[in-house]
Amino acid sequence: MARNVAEDAKAITRGLKTVMTEFFSRPVTVSYPEAKRPVSERYRGRHYLRRYENGLERCIGCELCAAACPVGCILVEAAENTPENRVSPGERYAKRYEINMLRCIFCGLCEEACPVQAIVLGPNYELSEYTRENFVYTKEKLLEPLPPEVEERLRQKEKMRIASSLVEGKS
Amino acid sequence: MNPIVLTIIESVVVIFVLATAMAYMTWFERKVVAYMQVRLGPNRVGIMGLMQPAADGIKLAFKESIVPRNASKLIYTLAPAIAIAAALSAFAVVPVGLIWTKSGALYAQIANLNVGILFVFAMSSMNVYAIVLGGWSANSKYSLLGGLRAAAQLISYEMSLGLSVIGVIMIAGSLRLQDIVNFHLFGVPFPLIVLQPLGFFLYLISAIAETNRAPFDLPEAEQELTAGYHTEYTGFKFALYYMAEYINMITVSCLASILFLAGWQGPLLPPIFWFLIKVIFFLFLYVWIRATLPRLRYDALMRLGWKVLLPLSMLNLFITAIVYVAVVH
Repeated sequence: MARNVAEDAKAITRGLKTVMTEFFSRPVTVSYPEAKRPVSERYRGRHYLRRYENGLERCIGCELCAAACPVGCILVEAAENTPENRVSPGERYAKRYEINMLRCIFCGLCEEACPVQAIVLGPNYELSEYTRENFVYTKEKLLEPLPPEVEERLRQKEKMRIASSLVEGKS
Repeated sequence: MNPIVLTIIESVVVIFVLATAMAYMTWFERKVVAYMQVRLGPNRVGIMGLMQPAADGIKLAFKESIVPRNASKLIYTLAPAIAIAAALSAFAVVPVGLIWTKSGALYAQIANLNVGILFVFAMSSMNVYAIVLGGWSANSKYSLLGGLRAAAQLISYEMSLGLSVIGVIMIAGSLRLQDIVNFHLFGVPFPLIVLQPLGFFLYLISAIAETNRAPFDLPEAEQELTAGYHTEYTGFKFALYYMAEYINMITVSCLASILFLAGWQGPLLPPIFWFLIKVIFFLFLYVWIRATLPRLRYDALMRLGWKVLLPLSMLNLFITAIVYVAVVH
């Protein structure tokens, strides 16, 4: 029994010594609003509706994103492009495009489903609002501006994709 | 000055200082445990989180006070009051330092009782009442079981607590706390811990068990028994229990430094600083042990108290007695 006590005492001492060493090591805490952890390239944060370089909106109002959404939080109303009012390079454009951020699960299926890479998920995750109404993002209010470096990265990715499809002879 | 008025003033000062010390003990614990877990503790409320106890106090004061419907209201309110009264009273005999006045040395404490240690142990035994009554009066299964377990734990460890300091009392020859501190001036030139290492060790373990702190905190752990005897307490009454526990910790640390580490004695610095350094060392030890060790299961706890600490403290007593008689005579 004395040997048990000695072993236990040695184990406790080892534990105390380990904790004491940790006491003097640098804390790993990231002081949040002042310092932020970097996000990965494909991070699924807030949604953005992109435009082409000539200013036309990418979204053609096909509603594939609304169909792909597992929650059903995207509302799309399409309208015809007229010669006077050309919004997108196609037949239709999205007259009304709303995403209910309170229902969205940020899965990214809408981004995968979009045929023209119009809807993308960006790196922004700080999305607080004061009322529930403000969480229904309408097309005009919050879906247009996009951080320049993210837009640049997406354009580079597209150039790579077009270039590789030309090289490998795919259509 | 009228001695009664002087005592009242001293008591008020001690209560105020203890309340502040208890508040900053919570800050100390949260910061130290955090750094031991490689994280920062509270650091937003003031510089380094120093206003956190104030924020917590204000929050607790504003909390809704929910009393269970079938609780015995008088005892339900009385139990935390007993806890805090006992915790504060125990501090009446603790000598905090030495003040040199024109007429000689004045010990900085409220009462110079000739049975100092006995008084402190008596007051800490009142804690058992507070816990049992609190657990019973709340009319809830968890509280009752938690209270019973806590009471059994407390009375088991009280015995080894008392026996472990008898060695010190024997060597110093008096129960008066001042005499024990003075023994280091006029008796032996080194702290009594050198003569009583086993006693110190047993005192420390029994004291941690007496104050219901980790690893002996089963009666009040949130994961077991949903917080035991203070499950049904909210708001200010809970704050009183919480305060009583931390003040008990401070009292025990003060006693440990007085009995084993020569109280307020030390070279160069004023006595009160040495006392503070030693008490803070013991409080750090409390927090360090809390951050390291897992909780003891209840039967292991009981077994430790009765089968290990009690025989060891009696052994310590016998050996000290034999050696003392052999050396002195």
